[in-house]
Amino acid sequence: MSESLVVPTMAEMLAEGKQPEVLFWVGCAGSFDDRAKKITKAFVRILNRTNVSFAVLGTEESCTGDPAKRAGNEFLFQMQAMMNIEVLNAYEAKKIVTACPHCFNTLKNEYPELGGQYDVIHHTEFLKSLIDDGRLTVEGGQFKGKKITFHDPCYLGRANKVYEAPRDLIQKLDVELVEMKRSKANGLCCGAGGAQMFKDAEPGNKEVNVLRTEDALEVKPDIIAAGCPFCNTMLTDGIKHQEKEGQVKVMDIAELIANAQDL
Amino acid sequence: MSYLDNILFAILLIAGFGFFATSVKKIIRNINLGGDVDRKDNPKARWANMALIALGQSKMVKRPVAGALHIVVYVGFIIINIELLEIIIDGLIGTHRVFAPFLGVVYDVLIASFEVLAFLVIFAVTVFWIRRNLIRLKRFVHSDLKGFPKSDANYILYFETVLMILFLLMNASDYHLQNVPGGVFHKAGSFPVSQFIAPIFNGMSNELVVILFEVFWWLHIAGILVFMNYLYFSKHLHILLAFPNTYFADLNPKGKFDNLESVTKEVKLMMDPNADPFAAAPVDENAAPSKFGASDVQDLNWVQLLNAYTCTECGRCTSACPANQTGKKLSPRKIMMDTRDRLQEVGKNIDANKGVFVPDNKTLLNDYITPEELWACTSCNACVEECPVNISPLSIIMDMRRYLVMEQSAAPMSLNAMMTNIENNGAPWQYNQQDRLNWKNEN
Repeated sequence: MSESLVVPTMAEMLAEGKQPEVLFWVGCAGSFDDRAKKITKAFVRILNRTNVSFAVLGTEESCTGDPAKRAGNEFLFQMQAMMNIEVLNAYEAKKIVTACPHCFNTLKNEYPELGGQYDVIHHTEFLKSLIDDGRLTVEGGQFKGKKITFHDPCYLGRANKVYEAPRDLIQKLDVELVEMKRSKANGLCCGAGGAQMFKDAEPGNKEVNVLRTEDALEVKPDIIAAGCPFCNTMLTDGIKHQEKEGQVKVMDIAELIANAQDL
Repeated sequence: MSYLDNILFAILLIAGFGFFATSVKKIIRNINLGGDVDRKDNPKARWANMALIALGQSKMVKRPVAGALHIVVYVGFIIINIELLEIIIDGLIGTHRVFAPFLGVVYDVLIASFEVLAFLVIFAVTVFWIRRNLIRLKRFVHSDLKGFPKSDANYILYFETVLMILFLLMNASDYHLQNVPGGVFHKAGSFPVSQFIAPIFNGMSNELVVILFEVFWWLHIAGILVFMNYLYFSKHLHILLAFPNTYFADLNPKGKFDNLESVTKEVKLMMDPNADPFAAAPVDENAAPSKFGASDVQDLNWVQLLNAYTCTECGRCTSACPANQTGKKLSPRKIMMDTRDRLQEVGKNIDANKGVFVPDNKTLLNDYITPEELWACTSCNACVEECPVNISPLSIIMDMRRYLVMEQSAAPMSLNAMMTNIENNGAPWQYNQQDRLNWKNEN
């Protein structure tokens, strides 16, 4: 792929005296994890194609502190939050979009009391608004007729009640959206939240991601759609565990949209 | 003789309510052992929550079978208690069905509806018992419920059945006595259910049936008073506490965890370039020596303690918990039961020591809840979502993790590594912050 992504930073924007429409908070997974970087790039391709004026913090971005907070380290969380808020406020950030529900939840709910008040939206909500405003049109393309099931990320769904935006986007693809037996408010966790991503599971008889993958495989999908880089990792591992990687793919909604447009 | 019954009844009533009042006082005292948290904002949303969730049972019906049966028992409980008012007045002034002359046909309708409800309650409670003891639903035979909690659940079902049967027998004997030639009792009420029980009194002398009626009447009211006092020792307090519990529940999005103010102060001071690093800590006379997170019930807030008393151990939380479903030790229901058990223990300690808690070398952490349970939580909020009365086991888990990490530095090694990475390079993995934008040029 010889593509050139246009990814301005807030610093560059400021130097030109410009303020972007939206700040794209990439997050640690989106910046460093090989699988999640593909999601980041897919999202940027859509932003580029639709001429959305956006910018990233680049090297000035740092962990939101979510995993530290959920692990119980309130000190580290608040240190991270205060530093990020100083940077964001210095750039007078107003609207923030992110492809990570953990960053989304933390920025949206936990930063305001510490002095960081922004309009924070998840990338599925943002993509939906692009379609609603007529800035992005989506047709099924390569996904037409495929069976797709959506796994609700806990920090997007139950935690913030965003259930419809991702589903609306999937339905734009002329696909068959099938629901797992546990979905939306009853959705089962992928097993990564609460800092579990960064530690071994306690002794038990099964891994949570395997259980959730079983839920997904029950509806016999071609694709499991995710809206979170961590869920993506967990479900991809689950698919490997079930030796189904030949038949079922785990893809982020941004990737589905970008690929449908051959971006 | 004529006043003896009334005096006995008054004594029974005073004893019943008096003993209950002392229990209520203890509960309030114990809940107030918790720290402060402001849950007085937005009363409109709070009343709405209470009306919808506690009164309206909106979360109960998410599991339709249990939900529908529960509504029967709940409506039965509330409606039949209207009858209790009449029983108390009758008992105190020696009348028989004192409301009947005033209400006329309405009285017939009321009594008839009580009867139908009583019958439905017996049916629902029987199904509950079958689910618990014969079908043995997983959440009811879970290891959380070993010992007293298991018996407690059955005692409650037996109590309710016996009370309803006594109520119907009382009505049946009344119906019989209203309809014997000459009519021992004046006609009052309509008895769609107990009229079918009444034939068992055929052939008995009127005097015997009157005595039986008295026996049923006294056992019924005494049973209710005993049951009311049993609440304090059981998981059944939810019939009262569900209301305040839903009112004071967290209104924020479930993903929003509280920011510890004590930490905010320290972090702000640390980040203030003008702060004198050698200055003595400012002295705040009112400040109690603060502890980060919770290792015992006194470190939790009062809403968390109210949660613990409200929990009726239905186990919906545990059945939805991803950790529990995959065989981990964590059970959100056990978190609530442990919190309550420890709180009761602390309460008894205070009672035994003239109002002062004497350290007993025990804490909620370790003696009741182990770190292994706490670390298994994915913070997915499934337990909070499931709870029919808006209890948050997650908030207790988080406060105890905070204690483990900030007071004891006792996080699992891998989490310590993750936190060190965040501190050093601003990401949970060991990547250089300067490489954050490298993805842009990678193919």
